[in-house]
Amino acid sequence: MRYEARLSGSGGQGLILIGIILAEAVGIYDGKNVVQTQSYGPEARGGASKSEVIISDETIYYPKATHLDLLLCMNQKSCDEYYLDLKKDGILIVDSSLVHQVPTNKAYQIPFTRLAKEELGKAFVANIIAIGAIAEISKIVKESSLTEAVLKRVPPWSADLNKKALKIGMEEGKKAEAFIPSKG
Amino acid sequence: MAKMTYRLLQGNEAIVEGAIAAGCRFFAGYPITPATEIAEGMSVRLPMVDGTFVQMEDEIGSMGAIIGASLAGVKSMTATSGPGFSLMQENIGFACIAEVPCVVADIMRGGPSTGLPTNPAQSDIMQTRWGTHGDHPIIVLSPHSVEECFTVTVKAFNLSERYRVPVILATDEVVAHMREKVALPPRESLEIIDRLRPTVPPDWYIPFEDNSMGVPPMSAFGDGYRYHVTGLVHDVRGFPTSRPDEVDTLIRRLHRKIDKGLGYIQEGEYFLMDDAEVAIIAYSSVARSAKQAAIMAREDGKKVGVFRPITLWPFMRKDVEEILKNVRAVIIPEMNMGQYSREVKRVDQGYARIITLNRVDGQVITPDDILRKLKEVY
Repeated sequence: MRYEARLSGSGGQGLILIGIILAEAVGIYDGKNVVQTQSYGPEARGGASKSEVIISDETIYYPKATHLDLLLCMNQKSCDEYYLDLKKDGILIVDSSLVHQVPTNKAYQIPFTRLAKEELGKAFVANIIAIGAIAEISKIVKESSLTEAVLKRVPPWSADLNKKALKIGMEEGKKAEAFIPSKG
Repeated sequence: MAKMTYRLLQGNEAIVEGAIAAGCRFFAGYPITPATEIAEGMSVRLPMVDGTFVQMEDEIGSMGAIIGASLAGVKSMTATSGPGFSLMQENIGFACIAEVPCVVADIMRGGPSTGLPTNPAQSDIMQTRWGTHGDHPIIVLSPHSVEECFTVTVKAFNLSERYRVPVILATDEVVAHMREKVALPPRESLEIIDRLRPTVPPDWYIPFEDNSMGVPPMSAFGDGYRYHVTGLVHDVRGFPTSRPDEVDTLIRRLHRKIDKGLGYIQEGEYFLMDDAEVAIIAYSSVARSAKQAAIMAREDGKKVGVFRPITLWPFMRKDVEEILKNVRAVIIPEMNMGQYSREVKRVDQGYARIITLNRVDGQVITPDDILRKLKEVY
């Protein structure tokens, strides 16, 4: 089975980093095949940015995502642009503090950036909260693998902060489930 | 056998590891998207192995510096993308005529000029071959995966050392920035080739004298062998000449050494080609789309295979001709307006129908793009 995830938003939100973390968690710690690619504009901040992770038990040839099983949108523009790439049963997760027009009520709406600021005082861990929620909602990665991968990729001084962010993400992911209309 | 440990590695990072494993101990370069991670990686890795990293003022200087380092006996490389690669051309020609081994990575992005800095392209294929002027042989290799970024970089150094020729490592943004799970082969399992050095006493050394391989032994500056290096056409002692017989001898030897080595230099992958009725010829990231397309086509009962040249130059004429004779159509998808396909058309003597598929919008060619083209012939 080929699983395609796209993590999108704007430059500076750390989407490429969480793509790497997800790929490392699933590939190295969970032992599956992974390919991670990225695409971004020439701007250091702002502009479009996305990171894609393909997960499979088989060899992965084409490295890009086209029919998404999972889409994370950390701004309105990316949600508008990529929503139609989502499969019928694909999971849409949006940062509801930045995405105000959600195309479907079957979306997990979690205010990652607001939570990062209010709960942890650091807006920049919004991406880690998001990857925590992704793990909880999609079950594509083991919690322990994800924690290990996060800690490997972030600076040591921020380990506690990131652990807290992951935990918040997982809890919020669980809560958001209740608001999803049942499948069918 | 040593235990394989898997790592999540980027194409550019694997190029760095390949270079270090091949014995590269000097890097001079100037950062440019999408090749910057090679310079970054080298600046970290080279000091660990007593190597030298220099961030230069520009790409002209970078190319000059690696030629100098190589003449001093150190395996050297630089890495760049289109705009920087253009600046390097003059000195690449110098390395060709003075027969200085070196490796230049060209990570292709959209052009011309500053172009599309962060998007992939394959539009330097002809520039890698003919970017520098004059009748010169050159070797160009193109990896399509992270693992190959490692192994092909090792091969690039080996060929460069063996034939005393600059080798261009040409791939695109997708392969360079892509991360895959890889287990790099242990150092002991790799063949590492070093340039031949003179064994005669210094007084007897004739630096550009022909031999059976067409590759004269190369002494390092400081070894005590005095000789002259110039970009001018030179005689066997390295001094400028315009004597027709000496000029002809040099230019023909430069070509002969590569022509004789074709079997060793050329490498390609045949994917599902045994019974293929239609072949896709693709390289770098597009080869991955091609493989996916071939698998999807076969699920549909269509016998499609992929030929993937790893050696882009010298052009793999023998292989391509053989393929053209055995299939009824060839599809050549490229992220340019048709550079490699022109070479395929050049050798097609009416054997097979050739269909080009060109994308120049800064996006990767998808398997679906290829399958749509396939419908025209199958």
